[in-house]
Amino acid sequence: MSDSFMATWVYTDTVKDHFINPRNIWKKDENWEPDAYGEVGSLACGDQMRVGIKVRNGIIYDIRWLTYGCASAIASTSMMSEMVKGMDLEQAYHITPDMITTALGGLPEHKFHCSVLGDKALRAAIDSYLEKNNLPNPYKASTATVVCECRGVTDQQIEELVRTDKATTLEELQALTGYGTGCGKCRDKVAHLFEEMRHIYGKS
Amino acid sequence: MDNNATTQMAPEVVQAVAQAQAEVYGNASSMHTFGRRAAALVEDARSKVASMLECAPEEITFTSGASEANNTVFSIAKMLIEQGRGKRIVTTTIEHPSIMETVKYLRKEGIEVDQAPVDSEGRVKLEELEKLLGPDVVLVSVMTGNNETGSIQEIGRISEMAHRCGALMHTDATQAIGKIKVSCKEWNLDYLSCSGHKFYGPKGVGVLYSRKGVPFAPFVHGGEQEHGRRAGTYNTAAIYGLGVAAELAQKNLKEEHDRLWEMRERLRKGILKGVPNVVVNGCQEHCLPGTLDVSFPTAEGESILLLLDMYGIAVSTGSACATGSLEPSYVLLAGGLDVELAHGSIRFSLGRYNTDEDVDYVIEVLPPIIKKLRDLSTR
Repeated sequence: MSDSFMATWVYTDTVKDHFINPRNIWKKDENWEPDAYGEVGSLACGDQMRVGIKVRNGIIYDIRWLTYGCASAIASTSMMSEMVKGMDLEQAYHITPDMITTALGGLPEHKFHCSVLGDKALRAAIDSYLEKNNLPNPYKASTATVVCECRGVTDQQIEELVRTDKATTLEELQALTGYGTGCGKCRDKVAHLFEEMRHIYGKS
Repeated sequence: MDNNATTQMAPEVVQAVAQAQAEVYGNASSMHTFGRRAAALVEDARSKVASMLECAPEEITFTSGASEANNTVFSIAKMLIEQGRGKRIVTTTIEHPSIMETVKYLRKEGIEVDQAPVDSEGRVKLEELEKLLGPDVVLVSVMTGNNETGSIQEIGRISEMAHRCGALMHTDATQAIGKIKVSCKEWNLDYLSCSGHKFYGPKGVGVLYSRKGVPFAPFVHGGEQEHGRRAGTYNTAAIYGLGVAAELAQKNLKEEHDRLWEMRERLRKGILKGVPNVVVNGCQEHCLPGTLDVSFPTAEGESILLLLDMYGIAVSTGSACATGSLEPSYVLLAGGLDVELAHGSIRFSLGRYNTDEDVDYVIEVLPPIIKKLRDLSTR
């Protein structure tokens, strides 16, 4: 067959490599005990991730993870686990899906949402670590973004209300936060974020 | 092993298409000799297709594929409703997207469409369908065999039910051609759609059967081709190739059905033996012979698909991740399958050019792939 008929893989070589040979897998028979772990997503929504960390002197010196998900979800968690090793908690907390995707050499646009779980599971693990050790958590607030300017509603507030089942509909979310009752221009953005959070926390 | 997506053209078809493409370049609508030579190929194909579907040649209209044929039928139903000859269309929840999306469009246009549900085996619940039927129904459309689960519907019986209430009966038989007997006469059909590339014919060419005397309106306007039923210059070579494919399908039907079913069963038994915790989806008794849809709990479909691809094995999945949406296969969900199982579903669809060796290769390669994914899964 001529070269012009050669197929290219859906993903980059880096994605393929991390998908086929995922790093830092949390093997069930290894008896690896984390200092803390975080879990997001659900099997029903198509992806679920668990990230465990070991911390010494504020540095993440070891990390393990498990993922139920597609190739890009597996590859992005694997890449994240490599990036995080050796980082201090603050650096690790500020890892974004963008940074992971860039390190992977890019993902197809419609697969981007598959890469947003790894860093969330990591932040959940760090939150849990700080809480367990009665340490202050200055990072949580610093990563919040205001989505509704009129009422000062942040993405983290919305995430928390979805996660804890306090807001199961947009109406409940509005009653609790008052989002979109000022100029109203945030409504689409909030609706989108709300759906994404429901997906990530397996509520939809 | 993805023959429900498309098939490899039969060598006989490739040869026929190539020869027609090179030698018969006239416009089949022209009156001169070059045109008439092309028209002869088109008519040759028409009679072969008619013979396969057990109908008259003049009841066959060539289209660009089954999607166009389905769209044409639903636009005829829309016309009938607009003419006041009824109010509703009745179809199912597991049709091909070319019908599902048309239903959404028609609803936006104010047309009432009801969708009959299916049972856990993917078969239309006839008592529910019966409840939806009434004198105000203009069209009943139910697919013959499903592309994902392979479930076969009782088209003959449903056709009788449709006619009893005065409705026209359509079936999308795209997946069934060449696998089970499809007969316009026996099932007393008014319309039928199918597509060349699903039975070893060329892509971009399909068939709409419409019984003599039933309402008709062209979907593609602009020419007198096909007695004004479908405009557009004849794709002579592809149509000719479709005819050759139809002839082969008719000739080999029994043998091919049995061979595909044997391979499918070999595959099913091999997977159940080699992989723990597997769910077979759809219907075992009334199933297209080459189709096997299975779910692997706690392993995700797109990951399975891509790992199989590394071994040169092509399959499909009902997982949302493979489509880019957040929702997994509506066909599997319509049958009441758990969302999680739909995400972990894999469809194997065997075809004429698969062998027992191919099946054994899958049975050998698959278990370690599922184990690998389950080992790194959260559950």
